Amino acid sequence: MQEEITLEPVLKETCHVTKGDFASAGSVSSGFKRKAKQLGLDTSLIRMLAIAAYESELNLVIHSLGGDLTMEIYTDRIALISEDRGPGIPNIELAMQEGWSTAPEDIRALGFGAGMGLPNMKRQADNFSITSAPEGTKIKMEFVLK
Amino acid sequence: MKLSHIISLLNADILVGQAVDDIEIDSAFGSDMMSDVLAFDVENTLLLTGLINQHVIRTAELLDVKSVLFVRGKTIPNEIIEQARNAGICLLHTDKTLYVSCGILYNSGLPGCKRR
Repeated sequence: MQEEITLEPVLKETCHVTKGDFASAGSVSSGFKRKAKQLGLDTSLIRMLAIAAYESELNLVIHSLGGDLTMEIYTDRIALISEDRGPGIPNIELAMQEGWSTAPEDIRALGFGAGMGLPNMKRQADNFSITSAPEGTKIKMEFVLK
Repeated sequence: MKLSHIISLLNADILVGQAVDDIEIDSAFGSDMMSDVLAFDVENTLLLTGLINQHVIRTAELLDVKSVLFVRGKTIPNEIIEQARNAGICLLHTDKTLYVSCGILYNSGLPGCKRR
């Protein structure tokens, strides 16, 4: 008998991230990290997941009009998806360059917006994809469970 | 290097933390940009910073950084001290600048950390 292949995640959690809510930035990532710990995942994988989630969350707070961060847990991988409602990234190639930033001065004064976010997210994940239009940006990162 | 040795080298105060003799630090990272900290491998790293806000502790917590040293003799608000205590992060404080603190530690054999 052929084994049934399920494409649905074993666990899925979506959290809303509000534009400009810097005081709460990191709370969604902390929740995802806690969940990954409860599942007994490898420590270094948890750290990579936490970093990618935190960078995504910060980007949603600083640059987007608001959006959602989703963690999907499958039997062989974890997917992290960031989806916002705009305003989009005009030049993705530039945004992927380390040190290139459009973060305002008040965000930099808080210690963020060094232009490391997107490249760092790509570095943490096994698979990384990004699409962007004025209606919104979608970033998908996958972490393979070894 | 033992955290207790770092405290002695930098004449630092302990704001939060116990058993500093038992904490082994492998490297140090000095920055006021938390975005940059996120891009480095900071396992068993001491984070030195002159940036005083709740995001320093939140960043340390997410990265599993267990020890944070505030430089330049700034006053640390109670809510940040409490936040570190709740997160199980050892919090230190020195009057020395970031440059001098890093120089002393590097000169004493504590290396910088690597890029991820």
